[in-house]
Amino acid sequence: MHRKLQSITDKLSPVFLILIVLIVWQSVVSLGVVPNFMLPSPVQVVEAFVDDFSSLMENAATSLQETFWGMLIAITLAFGSAYLMDRFRLVKKSLYPILILTQTVPTVAIAPLLVLWFGYDMSPKIILVVISCYFPIAVGLLNGFTSADPDVINLMRTMGSSRWQIFCHVKMPYSLSNFFSGLRISVSYSVIGAVVAEWLGGNSGLGVYMTRVRKSYAYDRMFAVILLVSVISLVLMKLVDVLQRVCMPWEQNCREETSESTCQ
Amino acid sequence: MDTKLTAEGISKSYGTTKILDSVSIELRDRELVSLLGVSGAGKTTLFNVISGLMEPDCGHVFLKGQEITGNAGHIAYMLQKDLLLPYRTVVDNTALPLILHGVPKKEAREQASAHFAEFGLDGTQKKWPAQLSGGMRQRAALLRTYLSSEGVALLDEPFSALDTITKDAMHTWYLNVMQKIELSTLFITHDIDEAILLSDRIYILAGKPGKIIAELPVNVPKPRTREFTLTDEFLQYKRKIISLLRL
Repeated sequence: MHRKLQSITDKLSPVFLILIVLIVWQSVVSLGVVPNFMLPSPVQVVEAFVDDFSSLMENAATSLQETFWGMLIAITLAFGSAYLMDRFRLVKKSLYPILILTQTVPTVAIAPLLVLWFGYDMSPKIILVVISCYFPIAVGLLNGFTSADPDVINLMRTMGSSRWQIFCHVKMPYSLSNFFSGLRISVSYSVIGAVVAEWLGGNSGLGVYMTRVRKSYAYDRMFAVILLVSVISLVLMKLVDVLQRVCMPWEQNCREETSESTCQ
Repeated sequence: MDTKLTAEGISKSYGTTKILDSVSIELRDRELVSLLGVSGAGKTTLFNVISGLMEPDCGHVFLKGQEITGNAGHIAYMLQKDLLLPYRTVVDNTALPLILHGVPKKEAREQASAHFAEFGLDGTQKKWPAQLSGGMRQRAALLRTYLSSEGVALLDEPFSALDTITKDAMHTWYLNVMQKIELSTLFITHDIDEAILLSDRIYILAGKPGKIIAELPVNVPKPRTREFTLTDEFLQYKRKIISLLRL
């Protein structure tokens, strides 16, 4: 009983903190401490969100499409390269350092180039999503593949399994939790990647919307779209959690068991 | 009795250190033979060679007359760690060797399930390995080993990670189940009592590099029970082994 109470307060405490921040924000604006044209109040942000809802959704659809295709390509590439790096030592030795190097290049800096090369349609945005999402997934998978217990691999060999069977039955499932950790990070990068690419030009998308409202000094809408981007990222991260629970039922079961036993 | 498995003149070195020096052993049909030796005598290396995971420097391994030296996939193998895959249910874990050999999933599950009662695993089919006790996990691993074997299994200290009471229960169960299933077993252990209780013959591996210093038949009819460990006969075997190992 005491534990339950504890867990409820644990969950509610961030909500309270957010409420306090909102109240302070609202009063700072209402009392005129900060001029209203510089900082819209939370109520104004919500109003802007409601007023411009259909336009926000339309633009969100574009950004989500870019995110989706970008993620799909990033996951595919990550799987392929992680497999090759695990399978052939030479590929890992030559490719891995380069991959780390690419991570040090700021995506914001290559975005304008991508627009120059690929034009104003979806492709430069998708490419930027791929660039920002590929690495965490690939590294997660590779770590997973190489962390499989060598005794299990030997056991599989004594059962007469081929390299491919070892990959499917041992390395793949062993790497799932690493894969999902990578995916969780990537998914939050992906929306931001798409938005950043859209800043530099395009016909629709949340980034395009952002540039438009910034140029017209509509800061309430600016905050509304920032809020939307955050919400989308949160929802996508939650989606990854759900997907992980579906794909890894055994983990779920162990967690239940342990939480039960600690409760008693 | 037919010879199932023969290892002839196996030698193996790691770098300049010689681990095994011309070791020869033989396993006959439905026999349980123990390989007893102190730690570091090269027991596990010998097992890796026999299972085909490792190539010997010289020597040959034959299974039912066919050479399988350095060729994994013929002899089932079980370690102290149960190595059950956490993401497969118990029945899917035990059916894995059948699935790897191309048996359709449903049929493989049925074949594995048919042995669950005998291995004391009834009702655990759909559980995850993490939900089983240590003894049950070890029995599940043993069933998997049995299903992957072509009648020959290598067990590397399979019960040594269990607590004493569970281990005793496993011995009793093992002696019992061995009467029912057709399996020739080569059993690594450093536990003298376990070796005498379970084996038909005991090879004693000692020295650096490891050599077979004695072969000792245990001429006590099976099934044996726990009571056997309290008899004078048992103690005589034990004295003999201790003097051979010069403990």
